Amino acid sequence: MSNSHNQESSYLDYKGRFKGIFAWIFSTDHKRIALLYLYSIATFFIVGALLGLAMKLELIAPGKTIMEAKTYNGVFTLHGITMIFLIVIPGLPAVFGNFLLPIMIGAKDVSFPRLNLLSWWVYIFGAAVAISSQFLGNGPPDTGWTFYAPYSFRTTTNMLPAVLGAFILGFSSILTGLNFIVTIHRMRAPGMSWLKMPLFPWALYGTAWIQLLATPIVGITLLMIVAERTLHIGFFDPTLGGDPVLYQHLFWIYSHPAVYIMILPAMGVISEILPTFARKPIFGYKAIVVSTLLIAFIGYFVWGHHMFTAGMSGTAQFAFSFLTFLVAIPSAIKVFNWIATLYKGSIQLKTPFYWAVSFLFVFMIGGLSGLVLGSLATNVHVHDTAFVVAHFHFIVFGGVGYAFFAALHYWFPKIYGKMYDEGWANTGWVIFFMGFLILYLPMFVLGIMGMPRRYFDYVDEFSRLNIVSSLGAILMIFGLIVIILNLVRSARYGKTAMANPWGGPTLEWQISSPPALENFNEIPVVSKDPYDFSNVKLG
Amino acid sequence: MDNKDNTHIVKYRTYLFVLITLIVFTFISVAITGIQLGKLAVVGALVLASFKSSLVLWYFMHLKYENQFLRLMVGLVLFVFIAVLIVTFFDYSFQ
Amino acid sequence: MSTVAVHRDDVGSKIGMWLFIFTELLLFGGLFIVYAVYRYKNPVAFHLAGEELDVTVGTLNTVILLISSATVAMSISAVQYGNKRATLSYLLITILLALFFMINKYFEWSGKFGHGMYPGSEKLTELGQGEVLFFGLYFAMTGLHALHIIIGVTILLIMLVRIMNNKINKTYFVQLENSGLYWHLVDIIWIFLFPLFYLIS
Ligand SMILES: [Cu+2]
Repeated sequence: MSNSHNQESSYLDYKGRFKGIFAWIFSTDHKRIALLYLYSIATFFIVGALLGLAMKLELIAPGKTIMEAKTYNGVFTLHGITMIFLIVIPGLPAVFGNFLLPIMIGAKDVSFPRLNLLSWWVYIFGAAVAISSQFLGNGPPDTGWTFYAPYSFRTTTNMLPAVLGAFILGFSSILTGLNFIVTIHRMRAPGMSWLKMPLFPWALYGTAWIQLLATPIVGITLLMIVAERTLHIGFFDPTLGGDPVLYQHLFWIYSHPAVYIMILPAMGVISEILPTFARKPIFGYKAIVVSTLLIAFIGYFVWGHHMFTAGMSGTAQFAFSFLTFLVAIPSAIKVFNWIATLYKGSIQLKTPFYWAVSFLFVFMIGGLSGLVLGSLATNVHVHDTAFVVAHFHFIVFGGVGYAFFAALHYWFPKIYGKMYDEGWANTGWVIFFMGFLILYLPMFVLGIMGMPRRYFDYVDEFSRLNIVSSLGAILMIFGLIVIILNLVRSARYGKTAMANPWGGPTLEWQISSPPALENFNEIPVVSKDPYDFSNVKLG
Repeated sequence: MDNKDNTHIVKYRTYLFVLITLIVFTFISVAITGIQLGKLAVVGALVLASFKSSLVLWYFMHLKYENQFLRLMVGLVLFVFIAVLIVTFFDYSFQ
Repeated sequence: MSTVAVHRDDVGSKIGMWLFIFTELLLFGGLFIVYAVYRYKNPVAFHLAGEELDVTVGTLNTVILLISSATVAMSISAVQYGNKRATLSYLLITILLALFFMINKYFEWSGKFGHGMYPGSEKLTELGQGEVLFFGLYFAMTGLHALHIIIGVTILLIMLVRIMNNKINKTYFVQLENSGLYWHLVDIIWIFLFPLFYLIS
């Protein structure tokens, strides 16, 4: 099949109505939009990572090292806003969802291609508004990415653009989710019943529902902050009778499910990669599907575990703690299924596989430390300490970040039609992985020792572990540089990739690399299960 | 793609009946607040509002004639919203 | 631009519209949660503040919106019958009713403003905290609702033009259906706003 298209007809070379960059930023092709997202997200990621590095450099020694306390507050706020709203929330669905969802279900595009392009424009617009908060009159926002009331409407810094930016980005996220749900309902190829759909589309489906049902709540909450600042309505202002804790409720009603917007697609990626490199059907396909939907559903009702020390009623604390434990079950089911998939597989050790397995490793540490935070008694001890920061980065960076790099290497040949350099990719992975562990593991200990988060200073007894952690950050950034340079270089000069370099079973591996503009010459008719390796040919 | 299930045409008369019912129930809910029912008044008003909006959903918005999936999803969304409200009140009603 | 032939999928567009409606419902849902919490905490103040609103105007606006909802539904039946004139008339009635609603709303709000009642005003802050919250929510929720009416009217006007140009016709009317769905959503939200603000005294 790979020979049936010549290079001219690939989506990368396609010449349309517009020329140069306009052929990209006005393209409604889902693959080109995916790459628009990839490049914008990569740019923001580099900025966000450098901000993170700046924080770690500040923390390398007690007292002022490289910046003032106020600057530090601005830096961690911007680090949070960029990383959360600009990178991890849109990340996997917008890049790999857009690129692969239509192909994996055997369609030529998403249901609403123009809406898809609009989502990207809205995303860029929201990003511009959010970033403008750094440069306007009153100084960068200093509330953290959570915008907690009442401080968020009392601080004199540029809160409005930051909050409005987050609102606009939410809108983009909703539109993408809407598009994906309709696409999955209406565009699956003949024969692809729900239970013949690969697991990445399934994960995107669950994610899309959360995007759709949770984002509006934070949207209106952010608008209430805007109204509070401009009109003094009193929603969350205690002097006017409002309740700041209610803000926290509304914020986390979205922002906990948002964690699943981030992690479900990551789980989907892992469910694609492990079977391919073990050359074995995924273990417990149905269990993974059901657990995806369960996570999406239960995840909606556990938000209160972020507020255990905010003065909630005892009943609510109990309920939220219980529900949090409940939502850990489907995640654990997935981990067992992945490990069972590897058992007795004929494993090929390639870069995506390394990333996927290290994902399993960090995700389990992140998940288990989550149980420490989910139980009431231990939560009170480590609340708002470096422990939370470590847990969060193990789940979000360790989860989404690792899955993102796994996906990037796995589908790189499909996207660019070129192979990346395996040696450099593996080197980058080793350095990154080591740096990651050295950076975040000490923060668990620091948190238990009582080091609070979001301070630019600390007492001397924390200094040794902080030095270790900061050195880890430098190492990790070094690894990142290797990884990114290798990929950028390979996209240009890499060896030409075959249609199916890994021997993957799903539909995207049965078309040419890179795909033709309309993906398929003829819409395929699906008859076998998604992870059926019979008749799968390498190359 | 099939565009077939657009063919159902609802009669003007059906809409008229629904409209009259909706207006009658509006006046009933206004009348109820006239009587001193205390706490029950809110409950009553909300029950009537829910009834009215289900009529709008069912007839005006054609849920009656749509496929099963949409009905299920509308139910799911309402369920999620009500559940979120209840869980929020785990906090407020036990303070 | 891709050359992918624009495929037509009316059912898909309608599902998309419903999904959008879900997000709108939850957007207002957030405000309803805030309302529920503050009403629970300040029952007496909400009760007293509710008496400040005019039930007659509220009822009138409810009836106006209900009728407009019915007429927009009828315009869809009319387009299916292939009756262009009836489609246009029903749609025109809907738009006129919406304008009536806005005029009522205008007089209601300007009356409140005339009495020095607006968010952040001195008179309002002198009242109790519960009253501040009640009126804060009143202005926010009916204001956001009014914004949706304005958007809705704009959409309906576009539909009107498209019907006149025969872009929407007996065989292709999913845009009209989706606009109708949006209009019903506006109606449903009002069905809840009305008792929660006007009928709680
Ligand atoms: Cu959480």
